[in-house]
Amino acid sequence: MRFYGGKAPVNKILMKGNEAFGEGAIRAGCRFFFGYPITPQSELPHYLAWRLPEVGGLYLQAESEIAAINMVYGAAAAGVRVMTSSSSPGISLMMEGISYIACAELPCVIVNIMRGGPGLGNIAPSQADYFQAVKGGGHGDYRLLVLAPASVQEVLDLVGLAFDLADKYRNPVMVVGDGILGQMMEAVELGPAPEVKLPPKPWATTGTAGRKTRNIINSLYIEPEELEKVNLRLQAKYRQMAEEEKRWEDYRMEDAELVLAAFGMVARIAKAVVDRLRAEGIPAGLVRPITLYPFPDGAFERAAGKARAFLTVEMNAGQMVEDVRLAVCGRRPVYFYGRTGGMLTTVAEVAARAREIWEGLK
Amino acid sequence: MKDEGGRRKAAVSWRRTRGLTDTPFHYCPGCSHGVIHRLVAEVLDELGVLEKTVGICPVGCAVFAYNYFNCDMIEAAHGRAPAVATGVKRVLPDRVVFTYQGDGDLAAIGTAEIVHAAARSERFTTIFVNNAVYGMTGGQMAPTTLLGQKTTTTPAGREVSVAGFPLKVAELMATLDGAVYVARVSVHSPKHILQAKRAIREAFKVQLDGLGFALVEVLSACPTNWGLAPPDALRWVEEKMIPVYPLGKFKVPEEIS
Repeated sequence: MRFYGGKAPVNKILMKGNEAFGEGAIRAGCRFFFGYPITPQSELPHYLAWRLPEVGGLYLQAESEIAAINMVYGAAAAGVRVMTSSSSPGISLMMEGISYIACAELPCVIVNIMRGGPGLGNIAPSQADYFQAVKGGGHGDYRLLVLAPASVQEVLDLVGLAFDLADKYRNPVMVVGDGILGQMMEAVELGPAPEVKLPPKPWATTGTAGRKTRNIINSLYIEPEELEKVNLRLQAKYRQMAEEEKRWEDYRMEDAELVLAAFGMVARIAKAVVDRLRAEGIPAGLVRPITLYPFPDGAFERAAGKARAFLTVEMNAGQMVEDVRLAVCGRRPVYFYGRTGGMLTTVAEVAARAREIWEGLK
Repeated sequence: MKDEGGRRKAAVSWRRTRGLTDTPFHYCPGCSHGVIHRLVAEVLDELGVLEKTVGICPVGCAVFAYNYFNCDMIEAAHGRAPAVATGVKRVLPDRVVFTYQGDGDLAAIGTAEIVHAAARSERFTTIFVNNAVYGMTGGQMAPTTLLGQKTTTTPAGREVSVAGFPLKVAELMATLDGAVYVARVSVHSPKHILQAKRAIREAFKVQLDGLGFALVEVLSACPTNWGLAPPDALRWVEEKMIPVYPLGKFKVPEEIS
């Protein structure tokens, strides 16, 4: 059954997270996808392999993630909305291309359904690519915009936002999920397909016809004076992102004294922890960063006024916690709880750690 | 013909091609890149496709080729030009797309990209410049370095037991069903330059006719890194390279033959 024509008003349908990434891209006007198979993101290319041709688009399987990201580079240079997806080891292979795309200032969307690492790791859920996503990953001074949805519905919404931000800033945008988000099915509201207005791209390399000057897509600036200027321009762009694009969700934060921090699927677990602690009389709350870069540090700065302690929960050995500490800036203790290797944090485990911290504050 | 002052005026018998910008080449004296650039540029101009062409440059000596070709250009990462070209051509199937790559770029780090672009029969044209050495980085051994050839990383000459054999790209590509036009040419003499131009023109015709992937390997002199005077380097192409890399058309589609 194909129910995505936008003809009949659709209330709610069940959708797998990985498929929502694909449908979100199509609804955002993306018609080109280049990728290489890797678990646990496979349903995303499976979905687009039939869905893109249906809307006149192209799904092309590359010979490697290296080739895939460079096909993205070419398609973005040609002026269209384009996406690739992979999982951790494949994203590592793409880092060369991502650095070039960042310097050449090409808009594109990269999905990372993170899995256990380092190395070949495993195919279980993980958030261990946080540093890679928000601190660089490839070479040189560059930043990605990084979005972290926490539900299948939010996948649909944030993938659309990702394309808009990519075009607005001429910058690659990464959307990170994990094996849970990719694999699970949830009810989503699709609604009628939004009208997509693609911005003009006068810089695209489409042939000089109708133009007086040549367009060149490049990341080579052999004179240090020139390259410094490019870097200063990029940094100004990143500052603008930081001013305009920070997004987060506050959950029961009004009077929170013990503030949890978590992103993606772990934030769902953290919400349950907050509810449990509240039922026990502990004034807990949650700050869930939606943009991992730019990091919503203001939310933590403000929370530090009332909060007595922070607890960052992640499916890694402690990565986002460093940004929480930078934001809190020593005003309050920031604790960490995490599981690695594809192990999930449970509500009971996190709640136990939170109670311990709360008791210690007395 | 006389000009206004009554002086004899020379007839114009040679014109700079519109396919090249006015930027002076950065190439070394005696390097063949200048000739090969001109041939590609002349062909694009003569076919009337300059304004709908997107070129992809490599990393290597031709890394600045975007300054020279008078069309839209993209600078790719080392070896990735065929993947970038794939992205452009799939989005813009009615444009002319070419990659211009050296032997390190295409035959070492970018082997996977060129082989699979050819296997998919991508509708773009690749100009592959083989000078048997890494030029830009200081004369190191290339995958196409001849046996016994001295380079900065094979100071005693390339030895099979250590560095294996030279890669014969045209022959390799010709085995792929998707590569529909494969030729190897040289630019060490005027006669060969004219033959090379014909092959380059055919390779672009193949693309314009939508027949599939086309590659022209061009043997090229590198006097600087070979340690030879420019005329001696041209002789070295003739005497040393061509016996290992024989010239000819390895594959020509029926439609244009």
